[in-house]
Amino acid sequence: MTLTSPAFKDNARAALADTQLQRALSKGLGFVERRRLAAERLPEFDALRDAARDIKSHTLAHLDLYLEAYEARLAAAGGQLHYAVTADEARAVVLDICRKASARTVTKGKTMIAEEIALNDFLEANGIQPVETDLGEYLIQIRHEMPSHIIAPAIHLNKDQVEADFRRVHTHLPRDRNLAEPAALLAEARGVLRERFLAADVGITGANFLIAETGTSIIVTNEGNGDLTQTLPKVHIVLATIEKLVPTLEDVSTLLRVLARSATGQDMSVYTTLSTGPRRPDDPDGPSEYHVVILDNGRSSMLGGEFAEMLRCIRCGACMNYCPVFNAIGGHAYGWVYPGPMGAVLTPALVGVDKAGNLPNASMFCGRCEEVCPVRIPLPRMMRSWREREFERHLSPATVRGGLRFWAFFAKRPALYGFATALASRVLWLFGRSAGRFRRLPFAGGWTRHRDFPAPQGATFQAQWRRRQR
Amino acid sequence: MPETPGKRVGLLVTCLVDLVRPAIGFAAVKLLEDAGCTVEVPRQSCCGQPAFNSGDRATARELAEQVIATFEPYDYVVVPSGSCGGQVRVHYPELFHGDPNWHPRAQRFAAKTYELISFLTDVLGVTKVAARFAGTATYHDSCSSLRELGVRAQPRRLLTGVEGLTLTELPDADVCCGFGGTFCVKYPDISNAIVSKKADAVAATGADTLLAGDLGCLMNIAGKLQRLDRRVAVRHVAEVLAGMADGPAIGEPERAHEAAT
Repeated sequence: MTLTSPAFKDNARAALADTQLQRALSKGLGFVERRRLAAERLPEFDALRDAARDIKSHTLAHLDLYLEAYEARLAAAGGQLHYAVTADEARAVVLDICRKASARTVTKGKTMIAEEIALNDFLEANGIQPVETDLGEYLIQIRHEMPSHIIAPAIHLNKDQVEADFRRVHTHLPRDRNLAEPAALLAEARGVLRERFLAADVGITGANFLIAETGTSIIVTNEGNGDLTQTLPKVHIVLATIEKLVPTLEDVSTLLRVLARSATGQDMSVYTTLSTGPRRPDDPDGPSEYHVVILDNGRSSMLGGEFAEMLRCIRCGACMNYCPVFNAIGGHAYGWVYPGPMGAVLTPALVGVDKAGNLPNASMFCGRCEEVCPVRIPLPRMMRSWREREFERHLSPATVRGGLRFWAFFAKRPALYGFATALASRVLWLFGRSAGRFRRLPFAGGWTRHRDFPAPQGATFQAQWRRRQR
Repeated sequence: MPETPGKRVGLLVTCLVDLVRPAIGFAAVKLLEDAGCTVEVPRQSCCGQPAFNSGDRATARELAEQVIATFEPYDYVVVPSGSCGGQVRVHYPELFHGDPNWHPRAQRFAAKTYELISFLTDVLGVTKVAARFAGTATYHDSCSSLRELGVRAQPRRLLTGVEGLTLTELPDADVCCGFGGTFCVKYPDISNAIVSKKADAVAATGADTLLAGDLGCLMNIAGKLQRLDRRVAVRHVAEVLAGMADGPAIGEPERAHEAAT
């Protein structure tokens, strides 16, 4: 996965100038309104969020215990567990399994972990054809793009773009076919993917949860593609990370009650699919091999630290749906796999704050993300913690540091500050009073490029106040 | 149960109000005095929020200590801003976390510090102000007031009681205006996209005045409306509640105002 987070500012500018993207963003998917209604329909929603938070916090505090329990149950069910410390290791494990299965085609359900380890490029480079079966993921695969949203990967696209892509890629279909209606696009994708499902040797899915009590993995989808991905091929690989662990089925049912509501505003996703090991003798179908790859990729070093609470994340996407910055620039500008507020906290942890420092800075701390997070992750607080790390390591831009030092010198000396601001307000008033505002102001180009700056009203409040008191 | 007025209030006027729009400070003083408080303004600079949000914790702490030491003698500390109010009420205790001397001190200080409108209504029990305002106003919720301090119904309730004022709701009033302190100059293009949406929403209400409780948001939205040549007057809610909305609105020249009235 190419990392362009260091170029966040340029990415954002390009995104703001991209009319297709802006059209797609302005339409949105209505997630905000639907989540609000879903929460209103369920009086205990906030209490469930507390419970969800507690379940995840408890699991993370005893992760070793639950991993061991999960491993034992999984083995008892005939599944095979592979731990991968790094992305490299995870890719190697997957390739090894595919090679042993003599796989040529691999179908994939939606998995952000595969994006994180750039699995598709790797498989292709090794002569194996990965096929995304989630519609959104399929769209971005044929466009060679990254997902722009963790649950709606192609949210940046418009229908006419999809039509053009289908005509470009599905060259075996009649040229004069009618693709004007969304239903026609859907039917075409379904037809194309159906053949791939049947041809696949290995199916790879993610996991929304891993259940320690039973050794089960769970995926939630709305398209049913995940089920076909994991039941038709003879080998099923589950890609997961350590923080997907949850103690019991009961706990999962609590988490499921907040997941879809927070994500799309549905009470439940259309499909909730549980799988525990390979096909048993009396099962009508299912894979003959069932592998679970648990990736760390830096997460265990977050445990017990400032960013540990980020590991509670259940990937609902509510934080980005509600984020004004995400809504302005879309997901690609963030420059890696995870966009929006959750990405602004997670990305620096996984790739380094030296590369992803812009992400936690590009926030107004408006607090909407934290307000809707189903597991109550204090996202703004953690973005601020990243800023502190940056500042400590002298990674913040020299202009910012210099500006702060200059300002702080005065702010720490109230008498001097009073003198300086009295002078500044006087000067600005003299130059600005006739217009009432400035269209341009030295050292404030970032402000006045886009908006006027009000002229001060003369003396500062404190100066006027003191004059009055005399 | 509202507390007895007559309290000594220290006004933390905020650096923006001090420099850019003293009228808000005087409106706050009037509202507090009308409610029976004695208002004092000790020499002050800034609450330290720019340093805190830029990751410079040491400077933020130093300025917080300065504010606490300056304002500690008062019964209450009142701030005509949700953002600076949130900095003191929510983030000062966080800033001194684990410090056996300063943390309890910061907690006590936070507990007696209030955003202006919240202080008037929640502490002093003010339900109606004696102000008149001819016009239609809409109200933008500043993020900190709304989400850190729970200020939502209070300003609307007081505004509804202002004689002659019609309050019309702003769609997405709870969505940030894109100011975000240093955010607006660090990421000017993103900030511009966000404030443009806000300015459009404000203009679409048809209100002739936009009100909010934070000068940062107000300067941002006013500046955008003016750049777009939208004729909406922008004021701090305290100016209207204090009956002191007869001067020029934010960014408006004195002359034009005189000509208009």
